[in-house]
Amino acid sequence: MYGFEALYFNVDGGYLEAIVRGYRAGLLTAADYNNLCQCESLDDVKMHLAATDYGPYLANEPSPLHTTTIVEKCTQKLVDDYNHMLTQATEPLSTFLEYISYGHMIDNVVLIVTGTLHERDVHELLEKCHPLGMFDSIATLAVAQNLRELYRLVLVDTPLAPYFSECISSEDLDDMNIEIMRNTLYKAYLEDFYRFCQKLGGATATIMCDLLAFEADRRAVDITINSIGTELTRDDRRKLYSNFGLLYPYGHEELAVCDDFDQVRGTMDKYPPYQSIFAKLSFGESQMLDKAFYEEEVKRLCQAFEQQFHYAVFFAYIRLREQETRNLMWISECVAQNQKSRIHDGIVLIF
Amino acid sequence: MGFVLWWREWTHAFLYMSPFVFSAIGIALSVGISVLGAAWGIYITGSTLIGAAIRAPRITSKNLISVIFCEAVAIYGVIVAIILQTKLENTTQPFDPESMRAGYSLFASGIIVGFANLVCGLCVGIIGSSCALSDAQNSTLFVKILVIEIFGSALGLFGVIVGIIMSSQASWPSAPI
Repeated sequence: MYGFEALYFNVDGGYLEAIVRGYRAGLLTAADYNNLCQCESLDDVKMHLAATDYGPYLANEPSPLHTTTIVEKCTQKLVDDYNHMLTQATEPLSTFLEYISYGHMIDNVVLIVTGTLHERDVHELLEKCHPLGMFDSIATLAVAQNLRELYRLVLVDTPLAPYFSECISSEDLDDMNIEIMRNTLYKAYLEDFYRFCQKLGGATATIMCDLLAFEADRRAVDITINSIGTELTRDDRRKLYSNFGLLYPYGHEELAVCDDFDQVRGTMDKYPPYQSIFAKLSFGESQMLDKAFYEEEVKRLCQAFEQQFHYAVFFAYIRLREQETRNLMWISECVAQNQKSRIHDGIVLIF
Repeated sequence: MGFVLWWREWTHAFLYMSPFVFSAIGIALSVGISVLGAAWGIYITGSTLIGAAIRAPRITSKNLISVIFCEAVAIYGVIVAIILQTKLENTTQPFDPESMRAGYSLFASGIIVGFANLVCGLCVGIIGSSCALSDAQNSTLFVKILVIEIFGSALGLFGVIVGIIMSSQASWPSAPI
């Protein structure tokens, strides 16, 4: 029943929705970023952050700060918020929140498997994993030699198991395989999440499907650009695109045969929402594409807060926090390395 | 043919129902459904309010107004129920057309007041929850949304007015001399 969520949404979701909107008020504003950009050292950054939600997290850090500490603490704040929401949530919100963490789980699996392939220490890798995507048996991922073993030994017990059905093969793991696995998993995950949101119905379905469609389209473009000049065939590339979104299906057919960035641009120009993104970039320039996409994503996520009585605010909040962590990482790196002239290149302002 | 007979039987069933039954149901609906609307509105506002107040404790006392607006809806229901109840008099001729008319008018005014207050309570509750959220973000918005809320709560009053006018038509035949 579209439009009638207002009558019953608050039974289960009202309290948490209000909380997450409170969290949103704690996101750094343009004024905060301006202050942060003036910083001379990481201690200044810490001082500015003390007045924000990150204050308690950074308060007890000893003085020679590292960029990694700041990023770690920011992530910690996000994880604490997430866990707080997850413990308070009831069905179907708890499932919805769990879906949000699956993306990190996929990234972690890929990180561990790639790391093991390059003979890195497992503990070192575990520290690099995103805490939102941790699961119990993650450390044992290192034993797997091929995808079938990976599935059978470890992942069958995780929520990712259903997504593996498309990529079980006995081939030995190599960089190419792993990257294809990551994208196949992500495709299955996005499609599953999309179906779940459609099942929820109402404003949640409208807004979430829009956000997920954008995510799927962005991944399609990324896959295309990254696979230009590699041995990935056109059919294989086509298989990695998610089966929904604005580009599905005709845009995908065109993207699948693109050979250079300008052809991608030609394809995307036919879609008005993406045309404006590509219009910001000068010809032949693909480096700034990520930032342009991030800016568009942040804009869309902020719009999710315009409507009440739906779940997309939880998704939007977590994504915005992640963007903020990326911003802070960039700022701290620039400050630590004395590259203040480049500081504005990497920040995506949220408000 | 069968349908006509069936219809006639059922309309007759209404004729054989005592007007006191109608009056009693009308009074019950006026207070019962109003309270349902008020309670519904209060939980919509209240659950949002406690969530929003965690981050911005200053909003709690201001936003109690939203809860009071919802509460007022229940009070309308109680007032009308009392008014209707005073209209209910004893009569020796319960199936006199005048008694029937009194019974129906009390029944109708109960339904009017009940459902008007139900949707009014919902309306005020939903606006109240948005009011709490926006007040937590930006305190200048509170008064602006409060105006909308006042208009929302006026809807219930329309029902009350029509209900009272309607019930004033109810009169019971006095006993034959």
